[in-house]
Amino acid sequence: MSETSNVKRQTSNVKRQTSNVKRQTSNVKREASDGDVLLRVAGLKKYFPVHKGFLRRTAGFVRAVDGVDFYIKRGETFGLVGESGCGKTTTGRCVLRAIEPTVGQALFQDQEMGRVDVMALDEAGLKVFRRHTAMIFQDPYSSLNPRMTLLDIVGEPLINNGVAGQERRDRVEQLLQMVGLRPEYIVRYPHAFSGGQRQRIGIARALALNPQFVVCDEPVSALDVSIQAQTLNLLQDLQDELGLTYLFVAHQLNVVEHICDRVAVMYVGKLVEMAETENLFQTPLHPYTEALMGAAPRPDPRLRRERIVLEGEVANPARPPSGCYFHPRCPYAIALCSAEEPALRELRPEHFVKCHRAGELTLKGISAYA
Amino acid sequence: MADQDSLIEVRDLRTYFYLREGIVRAVDGASFTIRRGKTTGVVGESGCGKSVTAQSIMQIVPKPGRIVGGEITFHYGGPGAAKGGAQVKITDLAPQSDEMRAIRGSAIGMIFQEPMSSFSPVHTIGDQLSETILLHQSVSKGTAREIALQMMGHVGIANPERNFAAYPYQLSGGMRQRAMIAMALMLRPSLLIADEPTTALDVTTEAQILRLMRRLQGELGMAIMFITHDLGVIAEMADDVVVMYLGRVVEYAGVDAIFHEPRHPYLQALLRSIPRIGVKGGGRLAAIEGMVPNPLDIPAGCPFHPRCPELIPELCDVQTPPDTLLGQRHMVACHLYRREG
Repeated sequence: MSETSNVKRQTSNVKRQTSNVKRQTSNVKREASDGDVLLRVAGLKKYFPVHKGFLRRTAGFVRAVDGVDFYIKRGETFGLVGESGCGKTTTGRCVLRAIEPTVGQALFQDQEMGRVDVMALDEAGLKVFRRHTAMIFQDPYSSLNPRMTLLDIVGEPLINNGVAGQERRDRVEQLLQMVGLRPEYIVRYPHAFSGGQRQRIGIARALALNPQFVVCDEPVSALDVSIQAQTLNLLQDLQDELGLTYLFVAHQLNVVEHICDRVAVMYVGKLVEMAETENLFQTPLHPYTEALMGAAPRPDPRLRRERIVLEGEVANPARPPSGCYFHPRCPYAIALCSAEEPALRELRPEHFVKCHRAGELTLKGISAYA
Repeated sequence: MADQDSLIEVRDLRTYFYLREGIVRAVDGASFTIRRGKTTGVVGESGCGKSVTAQSIMQIVPKPGRIVGGEITFHYGGPGAAKGGAQVKITDLAPQSDEMRAIRGSAIGMIFQEPMSSFSPVHTIGDQLSETILLHQSVSKGTAREIALQMMGHVGIANPERNFAAYPYQLSGGMRQRAMIAMALMLRPSLLIADEPTTALDVTTEAQILRLMRRLQGELGMAIMFITHDLGVIAEMADDVVVMYLGRVVEYAGVDAIFHEPRHPYLQALLRSIPRIGVKGGGRLAAIEGMVPNPLDIPAGCPFHPRCPELIPELCDVQTPPDTLLGQRHMVACHLYRREG
């Protein structure tokens, strides 16, 4: 009985938050008039229900993404970093509507349809949208069908959009060359390729329909160190050549710093800081960002020193703490932090932070460890 | 290189896997030393033989693999006893022998990347920890429990009394890794082999575990063989570093020399190719061209020659470069340095 009432309370909570989002979005619409923003996400939430018992009653929600706002400019690489379970992958998927978000808005400047809210698109609109967007996955072993040849894998999006026969074959060969694979490989199956080559196949497939916007979900995490650099270079070359915009989801700070123009940091479903890469790394404003920088192992034994090591563990997104989700681990937390959730504020131009104490704290950037 | 501090000496180790498709030379002539009380990092990409090297030291190479050549010497006595020759050739022992079983667990402990698969899911953490002692020492269950609780506190498991009765699935990833470290250290081994112990963990948890391992090494004085593909972790943890590529040790040196005076073209290229944090180049990375070859079809001569920017034709692709000593504790396997000598 108490379980049911609990659920009800939570559902009404969600509803209340939804109306909040609506209020916020009107704000976002006003700002979104600037021409160089390709995607503006506001109030994005994805709650996964947790089922319990024989009747599979909903016993609660995992707040994978819990009210996230950000924007991506045309032609840039926007990084989303955080530890596992922080919701960065879910955010990337929601933005493409690979999964349905619980609530939120994503205004996308489509080359054909103009400015559209991705979350409100119907079937026909989605089909157009999906032609202009693509995704590159982390694991090049499980993301390719072992029973399909490269022609079928890379050419599948083409068939679905009415390109067939010799034209399709030519396009696939061209795509393979673009990612540095030989056109003769077109008849081979994925098992014949190494991890790095498979990732190139995945990239070729993503580019088949000339997308404007590509979500790269940890594209180099599963690759060997000597292959990562090649793949990052390839992604950069393709961006220059084709004018692509990337949402780059990753957990390796060195990779993110190298490839991204702007970076957002997520913690337990919330976006805690967003800034231009150099500002974020040199002058972080959120204590969690500082801790991430301190924890990242650096490839130089002369930089060894006592780091700030965060105590405790990442909060459970099904039962997050009160106030700021980071407060139980935060070395700078005050009473306010456990009572009230901070808002995302633009403390410096284009440098956003979600922390009550941001601005009054002097935090260590990455150079403090050099 | 064999001196008083040597704990483990690996000489020309060869461990091959006999598959239907052919022979995989997973480790093909590896030599290095693990010093007493120090951390030896073993770094390399997937398939370079770093884990098989560790399995060879423990004599737990899975079938159809086996050690086909070379020797591994374990100096188990203290520094004083080493003079008296308190040593055993692990490679002379049968994997199932009593001597080998005594070494495993009590003299050499091992931890793995995925703690979940190293614990039994149907026994409590506490029972599994106590079992380690009960197997190797004749103590009462109560004493074993005491030692287990003490060790759990040692590795930073909060509330040992309560977690003693917990099952592995009830612990978080970081706590499970701590429990596994506790299990490996229960009998105070003189060597802890850590095979990618933090690869599955988040950066902030990884930092906690690395700090814990350093602290435990200071307190218990064991040597650590730290296997990883992450050069950042190596720089953070290791005293000596073994760099492997396709079954060979291409360079072995102190950690500072590895990062500041790398000699082997593979290591030099690898260090150039990783994005350095705080050094925003903005440009392209200096990538290593080509792919890691198929382990069934390792190139003749130096295994790195097809990707090497300093290839000497008709030498590197024909002759295997010998291990060349550049200093007291700096070895490189490359023809470039052999010519100089």
